Order: sequence, then C-alpha cells, then structure tokens
Amino acid sequence: MQIIVTGILLGGTYALIALGLTLQYGVARIMNLANGETFVAACFIAFWLFTAMQINPLVGLLVIAPAAFAINWAIYSILLKPLVDRAKNRGMLEVDSILATFGLLFLLQGLMLLAFGGSYFSYTFLAERFMILGNPFGLNRVVAFGAAVVIAVGLYLFLYRTRHGTAVRAVAVDPNSARLVAIDVAKTAAFAFALGGALTACGGALLSTFYTFNASMGVVFTMKALIIVIMGGVGDIRGAVLAALILGVTETAVASLIDPGLTIAATYALFIIVLLFRPQGMFGRQTS
Amino acid sequence: MIRRTFIALAAGAATLAFVGHAAAQETIKIGASAPKTGPLAAGATVSHWPNIQLWVHDVNERGGLQVGDQQMKIELVEYDDRTSAETAVQNIQRLATVDKVDFIVTPYSTGLNVATAPIIARYGYPHITTSAITDGVEEFAGRWPNSFWMLGTSKELAEGTAAALKKLHDAGEIGNKVALVHVADAFGLELAGAGKPALEAAGFEIVYEASYPLGTQDVAPIISQAKAATPDAFVGFSYPGDTFALTEQAQIQGLDVGAFYVGVGTSFPAFAGRFGAVANGIMGAGGTNPDDEKIKEYRARHKEVTGADADYWASAVTYSGLQVLEQAIEAAGTKDREAVVEAIKTGTFDTVMGEVKFENNVNRNLWTVGQWKDGVFYGVAANGIDGAVEPVKKDGWE
Repeated sequence: MQIIVTGILLGGTYALIALGLTLQYGVARIMNLANGETFVAACFIAFWLFTAMQINPLVGLLVIAPAAFAINWAIYSILLKPLVDRAKNRGMLEVDSILATFGLLFLLQGLMLLAFGGSYFSYTFLAERFMILGNPFGLNRVVAFGAAVVIAVGLYLFLYRTRHGTAVRAVAVDPNSARLVAIDVAKTAAFAFALGGALTACGGALLSTFYTFNASMGVVFTMKALIIVIMGGVGDIRGAVLAALILGVTETAVASLIDPGLTIAATYALFIIVLLFRPQGMFGRQTS
Repeated sequence: MIRRTFIALAAGAATLAFVGHAAAQETIKIGASAPKTGPLAAGATVSHWPNIQLWVHDVNERGGLQVGDQQMKIELVEYDDRTSAETAVQNIQRLATVDKVDFIVTPYSTGLNVATAPIIARYGYPHITTSAITDGVEEFAGRWPNSFWMLGTSKELAEGTAAALKKLHDAGEIGNKVALVHVADAFGLELAGAGKPALEAAGFEIVYEASYPLGTQDVAPIISQAKAATPDAFVGFSYPGDTFALTEQAQIQGLDVGAFYVGVGTSFPAFAGRFGAVANGIMGAGGTNPDDEKIKEYRARHKEVTGADADYWASAVTYSGLQVLEQAIEAAGTKDREAVVEAIKTGTFDTVMGEVKFENNVNRNLWTVGQWKDGVFYGVAANGIDGAVEPVKKDGWE
C-alpha cells in the first residue's frame, strides 16, 4: 500500500514535469529543449521569493505562472514565430525548433548561472510528516501532488469542455484543417506554447519545495518530460498523466521490491515496450 | 589617412609590447580549469573556485610570490571545462601551449583529475589534487611522479566512518545493525566496497544494503525499506542532491537511528541552512577543527573575500593545496617546474590545515568524518590530525 501511495505521489511530480511540454510539443509543434531550463528558472524564482521575501511558494505561483505565460508568449512570437512561418512541413519545423530552443537552453542556463551562481539550492517548506493510511509522507510532496491534480483536471476541463479548448485540440490534430473552420491557428499555437510554459513553471515552483537544484540541472527534467510525453502520446494530457503515474508506481515498486539501482532500467524498459507496441504513444493517434 | 592609421597602430603596438614586456617581469601566470557548468559545477562553486579566488587575492595583497629575488604578482587564467573530461584535457593543453602559464591549479573532482593527469604530466606541471578521492592514489602517484594527492583514499574515508560508528557502539549508544546505501557510480561503489568490510570488521551487521542511480532524488522507497530493517545506524555514501533528499526523507519518515551518516554535501553550509536544528548529530564526509585558530581565520577570510562560507571539508584542503604550491615555488626560488615538483616532494608546508608533507606523493593527514552541532561541523574522526571531538548519538528528528 505504501508503495502505491509513494508511487502515485511520485507520478504527480512527473506529471508536473511533463504537462507543459505535452502542450508545447503537441499543439504548438515546438520541441522545446529549453523546457527543463524554464522549470529550473521557476525553481530559482520560487526559492528567491521564499528566502528573500518570505513569500509562500504556493502564493508565489500567482506571480510565477502569469510571468511565465507572458515570457513564453514573447519567446514564441519573437523567436519561434518566424520558424513556424517559414517551415514547409512539420518535420522542418521540428528540426528548426530543436535547434532554436537548444540555443535558448544555453541562454537561460547562462542567465541563471550569472544571477545565482552554480551551487546547490534548496529550502525547507512544508517538510512535515503527513499521514496517509498510517504511513508518513512528506507534506510538500502531497501538496505538489494535489496541485498536479488540480492543474491536470483544470486543463482537461478546459481542453474538452470549452470552445477555446476545442480549438486548441483542433490545432493539435490538424493545423491546416483547423484554419478552414475559422480558428486562428497562429494565435492558438502561441497560446498553447505560453500555457505550456506557465504549467512547466508551476511544476518547477512546486518541485523546488522538495528538490535540491542547481542551474545546470534542466536537462534532467527535459529528459524525463520527453519520455513521459512520448509514452503518453504527443499532445494528449490524459496520456501524459497516465504515463507519469505508471512511471511513478513502477519506479517505486522496483525500488522497494527489487533494488533501487534498477529504477532507471525499469523506466527505459517501459519506454521501449510502449514504443515497440504503440509507437504513437498510449493515447496517441496513428499518423497516416 | 592610411599612413596616419599605420603610425597610430605602430605606436599602439610598441606601447603594448613595452607594457607586455614590463608586465612579464613581474607576474607569474597560473592557469585553472574546472567546472563552471555541467553536473559538477555546483560542487566546484562551493569548494573549488572561491578558494582559487581567495588564494590569488591573498598572495597579491601580500605583494606577490617571492620567486628568487623577484616579487611576482599572480595573473590567473581560468577556463570552464563544462564537467567534460575532453574539454578539461583541451583546456590544460591550451593553458600550456597558448597561454603558456607557469603553473596550473588542480582540476576539480576525481574523474577530471585522473583524466587530465597524463597531459599535466606531459607538460611537467606539479599537479596537487585536492578534490580527488580514490583508492588508486598510490598507483597514480607512481605513474605520474608530478602528481600529489591530498584528499586521501576511499578506503580511509570509509574506515573513518566505521571507526566513528564503532566509538558510538562501544560507548553503548547504538546497537550493531547498519543500513548501508550508496550512489551507483565510481565514488559510491568504492566507498561501499571499502565500507562494508570495515563495518563488518568493527562488529556491525549490515541489515539493509542498496544502491541507487546517480541523480536520484526520489528516495522515499529507500528510506522506508531501510526503516523496515530496523537499523541502529544509517550510512549513505551519497552526493549532494541525494544527501539532502535522504536526510529530508529520514526526517519525514522518522527513521529511528542513533547514527545518521550521509556522504558528500553534508559538510556544505547549505546543509545546516536547510535543516537547522534537525542537522544536529548528523554525520558526513569531511570535518575540520573549527576551534583551530588557523581554520577560524581562514573561514573568516573566505567569507570576507568571496562572500560565501567555506564548506567543512574540501574547501580548506583546496586552499592548503594552493599554499603548498605557493610555498614550494618560493622554496625552489624559480619557475622551473621540475624544481618545484622536487620541492613539493621533499618539503614540509605550513597550511591552514596544519603541517602538510607528502609520503610518496600522498598526504596522509586527513579528516574523515564530521558531525553537525549547533550550526558547526566538527571533525569526529581523522588520520594523523589532532582536535577530533567525540561523536554523539543522533537524538531524534524534531
């Protein structure tokens, strides 16, 4: 039982890491390699708000999320829009966006190194015992999980129950046909990219309450997010959440029952199995 | 117009040449290559770079190094190796051939030091490592006679841990059951490999043993499995990220042990900053004698010049290594690398860590285990150094 709860909590953490990327990659078609840097930048902002101004990271989200939204909107319209306009097909956009965001990765990392230096950062927030079914868990992880649930459900309702969300999904499925039904594809893609950035930043701020981080760690999070997004099916949040939970529970079960040394092996074994049997991801559509 | 430009250029070049010539007589060029980015940048930012900064500041403030009958100020050339062995090797090559530095500062970490040792040996620079810890030191010292190893061996560090636990056991403070976990890379494997027999020889029984991949911070299952084995002591040969994560999980799950040891990172000032009073009684790799006058003065200067606190392990060793280089150059009275290597081999040096001398190029006087007490990390086990305090039992997590 404890294994399942620990695993689900870890799955929530992973969902936070991956949800933003699934929007950016699935809808805006931008393979954002700087995803992890956005994540770590949010860790730093949350850290700074907490240590310098005693602002609770949960309250800090109110600042961090809109700021990340605005910044990512700007990044999309200034840096990425020209690439989208000149790309002749999806493959070309993917290559161009990978190269552009690869550069962005180093820019963001450099800025963080300049501002905060390279050492480790962490702070204590809600590192208290929280009992679930008689077993102790970190309250900060439970809070992060709760936030992940709220974000995932909110996102689901938005995408599947609102007009605007339907437009976003339409762009994810087929940008060319979406244009035919009077959807402003450019604006919708920019919105999805910005929203993805804001979600990533929320994830970073929440994770900073229990992770020790430094300016060079972004790539770790990008890798994890990529695995989850591809496993779940590009652009589908249900797939990403499910993949995150499966990974969380599997890793915890392997660590508890077999050996903690095999968690990474288990992750990649799952990844390979999914790729072998459903190359489009668990919820992904077959591309024609 | 063209002619005037030419004259201006020629004048400029002449001035430069003159200044360059004048400066060359007064400065000694020292090169440094270590991580400023990449996975090890964080550790290097705490223990490595600030000490180079402090040392250059200290020496230049004194007026420079006394080389023969000349006082030479230090001119530092620094490069980022991006935590990559290939880049580190290229950096050393560049320092030697393009910048033509007179001496180099040791690279950071075991891996990067071993990777660069052959090329440093080829150029004949004295190579005084202060952040490499491996059981290969004797072999390496034999293979590269210009290399010196100050941070000891994994075996010494692991045996120190066993010795500190044994003291607690002998005093009747803890039982004999130990949970042993380690990070699955060269450092963790070597320490666990040496630590297990050392603990068993000291009469301990290992009730839980596990390794985890590098970079793991989700350690809840490890602590809960360790807890299920009801150990009396917990030993984790860990890196900073996991050191913090293991400690937080142990606190949350209330791991009831009389001794809690985690590896690298425990001695960082950030550790006490994060855990506050909970850190009391936690043991980790390293240690110093914070009551020692020299260490006190060094820590105060470190804070003043670099703006950050020194850590309680590799920081002082790194600074001492630079002092060895400084005193060896002054003793040899020349920039000749061979003569300086010889001076290091035979000399005795007065450093912030006390007297340092090398036996077959290896420093044997080391702190191995420290323990937090009210925001200060006291050495509780050492080889060949006085001033260790008795370890105390970890008293709960509240």
